[in-house]
Amino acid sequence: MTTGLPQDVTTARPEDVTTGPRQDVTSGRPRDVTSRPSEARTAARPAAPRPALEVTGLDVHYGRGRGRRRALAGVSLSVAPGETVGVIGETGSGKSTLARTVLGLVRPSAGSVRVGGEDVTRYGNRRWRALRRRGVVQYVFQDPLRSLDPDLTIEDSLIEPLLIQGRGRAEATARARSLLDRVRLHDDLLERMPSELSGGQRQRIAVARALMTGPELVLLDEPVSALDSANRVQVLEILKELGAAGTALVLISHDLGSVAGTADRIAVLHHGALVETGAARDVVNRPAHPYTRLLVGSAPTLRTASADRARREALRALLNT
Amino acid sequence: MTPRSPSSAPERTPAAAAAPTAPPKVPPVLSVRDVRIGDRAGHREVVHGVSFGLTPGKAVGVVGESGSGKTLTCRAVLGILPRHFEITGGSVEIAGTDITTLTPSRWTELRGATISAVFQDPASYLNPSIRVGAQIAEVLRVKTGLKRRQARHRAVELLRAVRLRDPALVYGQYPHELSGGMLQRVLIATAVAAGPRVLIADEATTALDVTVQAEILDLLDELREESGLALVVVSHDLAVVAQICDEVLVMRQGEVVEQGPAHEVLHHPRHPYTRLLVAEHEQYGLDRFLDPTEASS
Repeated sequence: MTTGLPQDVTTARPEDVTTGPRQDVTSGRPRDVTSRPSEARTAARPAAPRPALEVTGLDVHYGRGRGRRRALAGVSLSVAPGETVGVIGETGSGKSTLARTVLGLVRPSAGSVRVGGEDVTRYGNRRWRALRRRGVVQYVFQDPLRSLDPDLTIEDSLIEPLLIQGRGRAEATARARSLLDRVRLHDDLLERMPSELSGGQRQRIAVARALMTGPELVLLDEPVSALDSANRVQVLEILKELGAAGTALVLISHDLGSVAGTADRIAVLHHGALVETGAARDVVNRPAHPYTRLLVGSAPTLRTASADRARREALRALLNT
Repeated sequence: MTPRSPSSAPERTPAAAAAPTAPPKVPPVLSVRDVRIGDRAGHREVVHGVSFGLTPGKAVGVVGESGSGKTLTCRAVLGILPRHFEITGGSVEIAGTDITTLTPSRWTELRGATISAVFQDPASYLNPSIRVGAQIAEVLRVKTGLKRRQARHRAVELLRAVRLRDPALVYGQYPHELSGGMLQRVLIATAVAAGPRVLIADEATTALDVTVQAEILDLLDELREESGLALVVVSHDLAVVAQICDEVLVMRQGEVVEQGPAHEVLHHPRHPYTRLLVAEHEQYGLDRFLDPTEASS
């Protein structure tokens, strides 16, 4: 305990901060305990901001025995505070598995997940529940009806996460109103039921709800895929503002087009592995991996098809070998 | 309504379509003239006049948001309008036959053999408990009168033609064993089994991944090139239609607000709604990021 102390304290969860020093008081080193961790903190912060999400060498398997399949293979990804990273992948690429692993719903077979500097890889249900209650990481589904309880008014849905934390109703409602404003909705909607709202309005409510606890990281799984183009534009616009306001966002999508304009960086998942990661503009304009080239060349654009049929055929053949 | 000059594409306006004087005298396989659709229950018109003509090997695209009337128009052409709806004006001719003269049995003959369609959710058009090959073979036996063994052989050929990698294996598989893209290929194989001259693809690639969507669009393009199949491509996505069609109709609230050659509509949109579609795509599609020289290199 004594040798590993500074490291333990800097990365500890808040509830452990109180138990850590107490043990060290009994070991007779109270001074070191109080001074060293704070030095470490102040020294570390300005140099390199602690990533909101850090995934390292993640392997995930489903099933067992002969049915065991690898869903993720050595995935490493880091998201800085205020950064928006788009994770692009098609059906079966492992993008949802990645989200589920970050949210503690799937246990990785190797690698680690750190959320807000906290290593959550080996967390059990109890610690995950505590983490979720604190609302450090939030999730927005593709279908906003899944993020909202159909039997609760919009107001009750929005304030619920804060009430669970033991905050007052008045404070929670005030925050709900200010967040509705941020997602450009009128606070008239507070009294409505989810079924009374349009898809675009619901998705904006789901985004507002995710922000209620002031999360460090929000994962959004296909947030605009179910929306029509006008609502899509509006939700992406809002997400851009959130990124600018300092919330780290992971935008999981199959659609390069909707992510390219919103994400700072893009990571491309193919068959469970990250085949390419880079600045959004570079990945779209100078895709290096054949799969990324096919993905860009398959996206319908208005000018002309971004690649011709023959070129796509060649890339498909290359990927199938 | 933003009419374009009829001189550049004669079949575009109802008047010109009625008097086909286009230089290459190919008779249209599908001719839709000022089709209007009414809702009998609500006593109102929901599609206010759609016109286009389609010659072999051509593709026309219909773009619009949900409720714009694009699917109703397709269903009218296929003679499968939902109850309450009826064609209240205009005419549809499939390979020279006015559809108002068709009896139910003639319709059954025509569908599949002359005009065919694929829709958005391929799985719901297949029987989950019958192997996909047997379902194609059944279509062949009913529509073309092939014997069991010939039908089986031809079904495998069709699965190969839609670029399924192991057609003999796929023949013996159940729908749940195939991916969405593979299922849509099976549906296309079924749709073209009886050698139709027109294929309507109504949001046929909407539910698919981009790379798979491109594969299906490439396949349709290939069928059109190789067998002269005429296509009606219906999509909410202007870019999908742009990729494959010669002519584009933009529909909104039952009305064709703009119609013309694809490159014209895309690059010089006239109607504010078309401009909005183009602007949205430019703002959030890939176009804004793509340097054309990079992309085509």
